[in-house]
Amino acid sequence: MSAATGKGYAGAREIEVSPEELMTVAASRLLADNRVVFAGVGAPLVASAMARRLQAPNLTIVLEGGIIGTQLRAGQLPVSTNEMRAGYGASMFTDITDVFLYAQRGFFDYGFLGAAQVDCYGNINTSFIGDPEAPRVRLPGSGGANDIISLCNEIFIVTAHERRRFVDRVDFITSPGYLSGGDSRNDAGLPFGRLRNVVTDLALFDFEPGTHRMRLQSLQPGVTVEAVKDATGFPLLLADEIDELSPPTATELQVLRELRGIEAVRA
Amino acid sequence: MTATVRQARLDLESHERPVLDKRVSARAAMELVSDGDIVAIGGTLYSRTPMALVFELLRSGRRGLTITRSLTCYEADLFFATRTADRLVTSWVGIGLPWGLSPVVRHYVENGLAAYEEWSHLALGLRYKAGAMGVPFLPTMTMLGSDLARQAKAVSVRCPYTGQELLAVPALVPDVALLHVHRADMYGNAQVDGYTHMDLDMARASRRVVVSAEEIVEPGEIAKRPDHTILPHFAVDAVVKAPFGAYPHECYGLYEADTRHFDSYVSLLRDHGPDEGVRLYIEANLTAYEDFEGFLRNVGTQRLSELNSSARELTT
Repeated sequence: MSAATGKGYAGAREIEVSPEELMTVAASRLLADNRVVFAGVGAPLVASAMARRLQAPNLTIVLEGGIIGTQLRAGQLPVSTNEMRAGYGASMFTDITDVFLYAQRGFFDYGFLGAAQVDCYGNINTSFIGDPEAPRVRLPGSGGANDIISLCNEIFIVTAHERRRFVDRVDFITSPGYLSGGDSRNDAGLPFGRLRNVVTDLALFDFEPGTHRMRLQSLQPGVTVEAVKDATGFPLLLADEIDELSPPTATELQVLRELRGIEAVRA
Repeated sequence: MTATVRQARLDLESHERPVLDKRVSARAAMELVSDGDIVAIGGTLYSRTPMALVFELLRSGRRGLTITRSLTCYEADLFFATRTADRLVTSWVGIGLPWGLSPVVRHYVENGLAAYEEWSHLALGLRYKAGAMGVPFLPTMTMLGSDLARQAKAVSVRCPYTGQELLAVPALVPDVALLHVHRADMYGNAQVDGYTHMDLDMARASRRVVVSAEEIVEPGEIAKRPDHTILPHFAVDAVVKAPFGAYPHECYGLYEADTRHFDSYVSLLRDHGPDEGVRLYIEANLTAYEDFEGFLRNVGTQRLSELNSSARELTT
């Protein structure tokens, strides 16, 4: 289970922060200004929208519905990247295939994804739990995840940190990370695309140069290395120096909560 | 029984495409579909789904269809449960994250009662595009290295100029495409506002095309905004008038999706189990009515007008 007990700080006043909020805030900080991000629905989209309202006002958000430069309306975030809410304030609509071809051409600096199951090389499974030939659970499928991770320039993955999600090797590679590590991604015909970070409610990871194995880089506030180890299904690589992420600021929480608004409640 | 692009080309050459009044009822349009056909559904997930046509297809008694769609919503459940289709070619299936996995699709697929052939979103788009271009495959980097490519038996090719390895995505040529648009004239010139999804490539790849439209307009109205036309008359075989024809899904600028309808469907599945739940849904929303208009009458003008107001507010 996710176990971070987050606290945010507004001056001297402490604000209760959910693990999910810790994760989303940390994810939003990874996005720099004047970049183009291809964001999946859920936490990646919320984190991207946060970044635009904070440190990255010129971040262009692209969604797989063929939407370029969406601004999104606070309190009316889309559930599907193909519904009219997803295109609120956008500067361009094109078709779905076309928007992915922009990615293949190399225009998208960031690809930002969630994951049902992720392994030590950043491979993502959203297709099957158990044997793919006789699956215990048939998951929904790739959607655009395979395309985003294969074709964007730098990749971020954001997901809740649970042992059943963080496995040594995924049951099925729906979306290729570094495959079996080393140069295997390049050798498979994917010369582009660098996995930058995995961000969770417990920690922030990067990938060790050379081996391309996931490596613990920073801890969420108050989380120990032991707690991360317990929630991870593969031997954890540690960076030389592991720092602690700063807690969410009052402004970050305000922006996040405003965006979320009445997201779940729909007339 | 996937047609090749060559067969699809010969099929086009074998019949004339005169400019004539193609308006028919949804029921008559389903005569174009035969048992075992590959039927492509337009729109994406819960956006601009040709639901009036889908409901009529579910009523038609056709069997053994393959359904293909970019992202597939709960219509997958209905196709499997009525035995109208036993194969789904898509990149994603479900209503959306808040409604969880589809227990109906899980039941059919995990028990081997139906097949779910998965491609990535782009790969499926390129399969349609190859069909639309009249070529047997298109090269891409997407899906390379993944188990998705292995499972779909997609093979790679080497570029004859540079030696680069690329995935060869095979053309998909549906037998019939069903799509819903904002307006069309009686000849089939079809216009869309907002998102075009994968509709252009999907329709042009298909051997027969049925368009349902929110409104049927005079050809002069189409000519006022030719930049909104996504399909010319010669690529369309039948035109069906269907106001609110995507309900309970959305139609850009006209009405939002009825998420309360999704909620009540998911509650039925939870309370009665997938088998009985989907049967009850079909009984109450499909079998209970002669046609889609009857279903809409039961939804009521008040609800439809609420969804219309919220859509207008978001897009104007």
